[in-house]
Amino acid sequence: MTDLIVLKESLSELVKNVVEKHGASRAELIPILNEINRKLGYLPSYALEEVARLTQIPKSQVFSVATFYQMLSTDEMGEHVIRFCESAPCHVVGGRQVWQRLQEELHLQPGQTSPDRKWTLVTVSCLGVCGVGPVLIVDDDMYGNVTPDMIPEILARYA
Amino acid sequence: MAFFRSHVLVSVDPECLKRGAHEVIDALHDELVAQGLIDEVQVLETSRIGDPVFYGPDMMVYPEGIHYANLTPDDIPFLVEEHFLKGRPVERFRAQERLVRDEELRPPQPKEVRVVLRNCGVIDPNNIEDYIAEDGYMALAKVLTEMTPEQVIDTVLQSGLRGRGGAGFPTGRKWQFARQSPGEVKYVICNADEGDPGAFMNRRVLEGDPHAVIEGMIIAAYAIGSKQGYIYCRAEYPLAVKTLNIAIKQAREFGFLGENILGTDFSFDLEVRMGAGAFVCGEETALMASIEGRRGEPRPRPPFPAVAGLWMKPTNVNNVETYANVPQIILRGPEWYSSMGTEKSKGTKTFALAGDVKNTGLIEVPFGITLREVIYDVGGGIKDNKGFKAIQTGGPMGGCLSAEYLDLPIDYESLTKAGSMMGSGGLVVMDEDTCMVDIARFFMDFTQEESCGKCTPCRIGTRKILEILTRICEGKGRDGDIEQLEELCTWIKATSLCGLGQGAPTPVESTLKLFRHEYEAHVYEKRCPAKVCRALISYEIQPDVCTGCTVCARNCPTNAISGERRQPHKIDPDICVRCGICMQVCNFNAIVIN
Repeated sequence: MTDLIVLKESLSELVKNVVEKHGASRAELIPILNEINRKLGYLPSYALEEVARLTQIPKSQVFSVATFYQMLSTDEMGEHVIRFCESAPCHVVGGRQVWQRLQEELHLQPGQTSPDRKWTLVTVSCLGVCGVGPVLIVDDDMYGNVTPDMIPEILARYA
Repeated sequence: MAFFRSHVLVSVDPECLKRGAHEVIDALHDELVAQGLIDEVQVLETSRIGDPVFYGPDMMVYPEGIHYANLTPDDIPFLVEEHFLKGRPVERFRAQERLVRDEELRPPQPKEVRVVLRNCGVIDPNNIEDYIAEDGYMALAKVLTEMTPEQVIDTVLQSGLRGRGGAGFPTGRKWQFARQSPGEVKYVICNADEGDPGAFMNRRVLEGDPHAVIEGMIIAAYAIGSKQGYIYCRAEYPLAVKTLNIAIKQAREFGFLGENILGTDFSFDLEVRMGAGAFVCGEETALMASIEGRRGEPRPRPPFPAVAGLWMKPTNVNNVETYANVPQIILRGPEWYSSMGTEKSKGTKTFALAGDVKNTGLIEVPFGITLREVIYDVGGGIKDNKGFKAIQTGGPMGGCLSAEYLDLPIDYESLTKAGSMMGSGGLVVMDEDTCMVDIARFFMDFTQEESCGKCTPCRIGTRKILEILTRICEGKGRDGDIEQLEELCTWIKATSLCGLGQGAPTPVESTLKLFRHEYEAHVYEKRCPAKVCRALISYEIQPDVCTGCTVCARNCPTNAISGERRQPHKIDPDICVRCGICMQVCNFNAIVIN
């Protein structure tokens, strides 16, 4: 019980700081949510409620914005998030084989998190580095010119 | 006064010292004394020569200007004897220059004309003085001191500049509408939400020459009468965001942004706003909704942003590339700009070549160049010298053009007439091993995912098309599917609220028009001519080529291959998942796809 209270308190503190930094207005909603998502890895409902309370934006509006954008997640993610570009330019230069290998190694469908919570596999739309496709991102590290054989080695870096 | 015949400058950068630079200097001194050269060769200490981490300890020897690197005291006797006594430079001590290959932006290829890309890779984007040294902000100075807002708009009109975001609306006219709209508060927005798969031109300009965009925006603000601007940059471009923020800060320090710019009574400031991963926010009304902190859902136009945009105030929205052209149009004159291009499409355009072409990356060419010239002269031709099948222009809402269109000159009108569009400039080249149905499905997957969901034709229509295309690629195509696809395309195009829905059917339509036989083969013969769709192909080991080496069987992830050693092997088609690994590992090319 006390753990939950402590957790909520530190969440409130974090949200309060972020809202103060950007300003409590509707125009700042997305920067606020972006920052909280970056810090926590996702947007817990409690955090969204706090944002609504501090900015006086209706909860429904906050949730509707939080669920619209791809880079904001209301689901908790695994320790490491793999984002694989599934757009056509990466696809035509061998993306399909890389994707196959990823699935063989991780046994995950897109959007799924592994049972040990270590990996989340997500597909993303074009990242704008098509000159070095196929491309994948693990956390903040971007890998280009990826071949299927590189997958085990890349995953091993995050052991 | 002593005259030395040779000078040796040794780096005493702290990193070099850590690697033993002082010991090298001592050894050098001792050896020169021992060889009686100490009055002829002067040894001096200097700061960093090359990157000390790669090269240290290193030295420059004059008058030859040779850079020796990675030296140890043991190297010195040999070096002194060879270089200073015998006059023979020592090749193995020479610093190996590290060539940094820029995979996205090569030196200008034949037929390129770099206007927007002129500074990228040439100047330091984080140093405003570099930009100023390349005539940066001279256009702004001219505008603020010599021109009225109306004259600025006239100049842009005369140049023939059209919006580079894709729609190609005449920029001068857009500015005119914004200027004519009444009101004190007006906004200038830069659309840096480049989301088209395959397009990364804007990203390089923002990362490599941010001030060109900023200067263009300030000039636009002066022309329409705005005091506040926003650059809406997608969150997938963190480096661009960082570079922009540094550039804005420096521009403020130098008085190009803020109050009373360059001592005039014109004030304007800029802010960067980040996206959050929504392709649809590249649509201008969705973009403005996003800045306002709402869901990125487009709204009908009219009213157009120039009349009522951000927070319902008159707003000018232009693409990164459109703004980046403005300073040069002002400086070099509209006649210079309109001397390039075709009758209705003036100037140059950046393109991102992606796909099966040898030189992928960014190029900038004048309008009027043909697709053939772009693919073969600028792009170096198809990778592995395979045959050309199709090129998609204009991003996911653009069409595919087949080989019969290779001599089409690139401009706004001709691309639209051919069933495609200019779009933001992504060009995806596809070789003979591409399945056009798979490609159509691929693009529809993207647009379906990115549909905002607001209007029914797009939300449900694209899903329906995707379902049908997926079924066809899985070998479950039915009689009537192709006709239904055509009907859906017509209706979605006609009734969607915004450009995403209106353009989503285009890849399907264009491939249906030019590659109908491929669709028919999938549906009626359950065959994929390009041998791509996994459900419609089978892998077969040719018995007269197979040597029975067992490599394929050992590598097959589903154990679908059987056979005795030295006997031809066989693949069981019911177990085979068509992963292609057997074909990759076979050393005898015994495996073919049917």
